[in-house]
Amino acid sequence: MNILEAEGLTLSFGGIHALADVSIAVPKGGITAIIGPNGAGKTSLFNAISGFYRPSRGTIRFDGADITRVPGHARAALGLARTFQNVALFRGMTVLDNIKLGGHHRLRAGALGAMWYLGRAAAEESRLREEIEREVIDFLEIDHIRDLPIDALAYGLQKRVELARALAMRPKVLLLDEPVAGMNREETEDMARFILDIQEERGITVMLVEHDMGLVMDISSHVVVLNFGSVIASGTPAEVRANPAVIAAYLGERAAKQRAA
Amino acid sequence: MDWLLLAEFSLVGLLSGGVLALIALGFVLVYKGTRVINFAMGEFMMVGAYLFWTTHVFLKLPWWAALALTLVGIAGLGAVVERFVLRPLAGQPVISIVMATIGLGAVLHGAAEAIWGGANLALPEILPRKPLILGEVLLPGQVLWSFALAVALIAGFTAYFHWSKGGVSMRAAASDPVTAYAMGIDVRRTQRLTWIFAGVTGAVAGIIVASMTSLSPTLGTVALGVLAVIILGGLDSIAGAIIAGLIVGWLESITVAFIGGQARDVVPYLVVLVILMVRPYGLFGTRDIERL
Repeated sequence: MNILEAEGLTLSFGGIHALADVSIAVPKGGITAIIGPNGAGKTSLFNAISGFYRPSRGTIRFDGADITRVPGHARAALGLARTFQNVALFRGMTVLDNIKLGGHHRLRAGALGAMWYLGRAAAEESRLREEIEREVIDFLEIDHIRDLPIDALAYGLQKRVELARALAMRPKVLLLDEPVAGMNREETEDMARFILDIQEERGITVMLVEHDMGLVMDISSHVVVLNFGSVIASGTPAEVRANPAVIAAYLGERAAKQRAA
Repeated sequence: MDWLLLAEFSLVGLLSGGVLALIALGFVLVYKGTRVINFAMGEFMMVGAYLFWTTHVFLKLPWWAALALTLVGIAGLGAVVERFVLRPLAGQPVISIVMATIGLGAVLHGAAEAIWGGANLALPEILPRKPLILGEVLLPGQVLWSFALAVALIAGFTAYFHWSKGGVSMRAAASDPVTAYAMGIDVRRTQRLTWIFAGVTGAVAGIIVASMTSLSPTLGTVALGVLAVIILGGLDSIAGAIIAGLIVGWLESITVAFIGGQARDVVPYLVVLVILMVRPYGLFGTRDIERL
């Protein structure tokens, strides 16, 4: 069963088609990787799915419902969490506060309510905090840095905090935009392990954009290849690796022919 | 030196600083919520005071009904301003947005003059006059009550910002709207709420100031002096706004007592100037400098 389906997505900026009639299906419970050369439309596809861009054509179905017209913030509340290519954490806040913001949309005490029922809001918040300790902070092994300000952390840890915040949203689908970009080997291996744990232990469907082919081929159950805004191949890592169109997109036509010969 | 006089003027000054702090809070709320310095803050005060005059004096409604209508009206104005002035400018350089708020101030000023005329109107004294006598020091009732009101409002907003879901949303949306949006925060809604809050604090401050002095379209110029306070306190610090409000209130009062009324408007600015030369990011603000 597919938890997320996009059909015929088309998105243009001026005359440039960032996405041209893109259709993808993301099976529930798997790890789906979106790969492709620079400018292929991977991040645009993410932005369309998470509601930052509004495609001019096409539909997006999530968990059985058409969410094409649902605004991005509401999609987040439905269970679509994402991380960003560049670390997008709230500077000047601690690690714990950043992560708590991920659980924010689940708090109920609203604008005026919190003023009159400070007690309830406080109880709700301490529940959220406990839950985050258990489900996110221990899980991602960031207990030792929880009270540090974001700016004090190394890049790899910042990325992990961003992942933690997305997890605190209790998503059904987690969209990771280049989760290991700029990481060293050790950090990359840690991240790969966390992504696998998230998928296997939590049953969260993962969708990721990544340039690190080693990582993609190791952990993905399904790979979609984009080039110039269109899907040129999809399938298991092995199928995709053997696909001549993919080799051509990455290495050029000549290399593809040599390979075939 | 007359110590009793010093004590009395100091207390009165600190207390009257409460209203200044409330106006300052209006600036800080908008800056914290949207990173915009709202030069139309004074006009929000003025329009709020006029709405109260219209409902209370002109339509002769009881004060509580008039106040409720005024707050609803000013909240509506805040929402309209956000929707039709700020939102179309989203993504533009901060300076353009700040310019737009200056323009908005001029429009509101002109509109008030067209509707209510330029003459001074009188608001009835809403706050009790009965002074408080502490030993030999006499504190005017209005100043005391205005201070109490300001404290209550400021405490409410501070609690809101720190603990409520909406307040946290506002801080997140101000710090990074895109990420906040991805966290499921309705950024447009928080920005609308920010401007509504600014309108409400402005209206309350405007009514207090107008009821202690008089009401005219230039009522808003008080706010410009308070902007100096804000820069002194740091644009994004509620605590800074409060303390700076008290400092300026105190300075003004002491200046009146020992130098004379005509120096009153100059001395606070002088102090602000000196402090900004030493600490350009204000006393409590974060070290981001907003150039104006």
